[in-house]
Amino acid sequence: MATPFLLTVAAPAGEVFTGEVDFVVVPGVEGELGILARHAPLIAGLATGIVRYEREGRVRKISIGGGFLEVADNKVTILAKTAETAEMIDRSRAEAAKERAEQRLRQKEGTDLLRAEAALKRALSRLQTLN
Amino acid sequence: MAGVRDIRRRIRSVANMQQITKAMKMVAASKLRRAQEKVVASRPYAEKLRAMLARLAASGGDFSHPLLDKRPVKNIGYILVSSDKGLCGGFNANLIRAAREELAVEDGAARSLIIVGQKGLDFFRRRDADIRAQFTGTGDSPDFAAARRIAAQATELYASGALDEVRVIYARFVSVLNQIPTVVRLLPIEPAAEGGAGEYIIEPSPAVMLDLLLPGYIESKLFNALLESKASELGAKMTAMDSATENAKEMIDKLTLAMNRARQAAITTEITEIVGGAAALE
Repeated sequence: MATPFLLTVAAPAGEVFTGEVDFVVVPGVEGELGILARHAPLIAGLATGIVRYEREGRVRKISIGGGFLEVADNKVTILAKTAETAEMIDRSRAEAAKERAEQRLRQKEGTDLLRAEAALKRALSRLQTLN
Repeated sequence: MAGVRDIRRRIRSVANMQQITKAMKMVAASKLRRAQEKVVASRPYAEKLRAMLARLAASGGDFSHPLLDKRPVKNIGYILVSSDKGLCGGFNANLIRAAREELAVEDGAARSLIIVGQKGLDFFRRRDADIRAQFTGTGDSPDFAAARRIAAQATELYASGALDEVRVIYARFVSVLNQIPTVVRLLPIEPAAEGGAGEYIIEPSPAVMLDLLLPGYIESKLFNALLESKASELGAKMTAMDSATENAKEMIDKLTLAMNRARQAAITTEITEIVGGAAALE
């Protein structure tokens, strides 16, 4: 049985989640990071992707659009530029966004390529959160 | 003296205006509640981000970044957060006055503006102010994307050397009756090192972390300024519309009195005429 610790996920629009969890996996800029209780103090950058946390054997997901992670005093704080739980995501909107981004990438509209790519990543992570 | 009918017409028109100002007051009040909630909701993120930056600063190591660089200040840019719409009392006037005072300071540095909101733009466009960029149409609930756009513009001007310092002028929301025009520095960032809770592992590296954190910090600070200014605007609007409704009520009372007087005078005249006419017949 893992020791629970406090996880907080906050976005500029407000706190999305705060509570005890047993285990959390975050999308670090250089690959996924798994964090258990009593992790060493850590500051890390996060990429667009999915935060998965486990509580009493149940896994939940939060889609984030990049951000920061801090671990200190057995507390994990995730500051995400955007953060949405599965309940907050509108599937049809995410799908439409994915379509749009893919189309733009196919057309290769010069300057917007980076933006389209970022949009695609966000849409994909939202859709994965739902599945 | 105005006739009874003229006065009655005026009363009706004032009553119509009163209805409108009353409705606007109520709309502003409900929007204000939402705006205040957003201000409160944005605080944990901003506060934690600031703390994280402070701890990163305290953890020592290589801590240099273009956005932290202090340069001799020759060009100052002000981000003025005004509103798009009027009818909000002295809100914009106060902000513009604060901006003009800042612009008038003579210390050898050139001063320019980045204007958010139609009202500020309308004012400074007609004067010889140096406007670097403008943002309008942020709507009743500024979103983070808007803050990000403005932050990107300001950061670019700073990074390119066009500006050596960036400050924000916004209205800090104290209460519905009190909003204080406030000037804060946005760039360069000066993180206060604090609370060294031991050594941190920094992933991937302090330099990359700063690259990620600093823009985020600027965005969050600007976002907060946008939200506060919006709440202030709605607060000022509510107060203004409340006093307008009050004034309309006073005016209606005065006009009603005048109307009754005029009516009484008319009746008195009529009676006098009838009595006079009857007396002449006898």
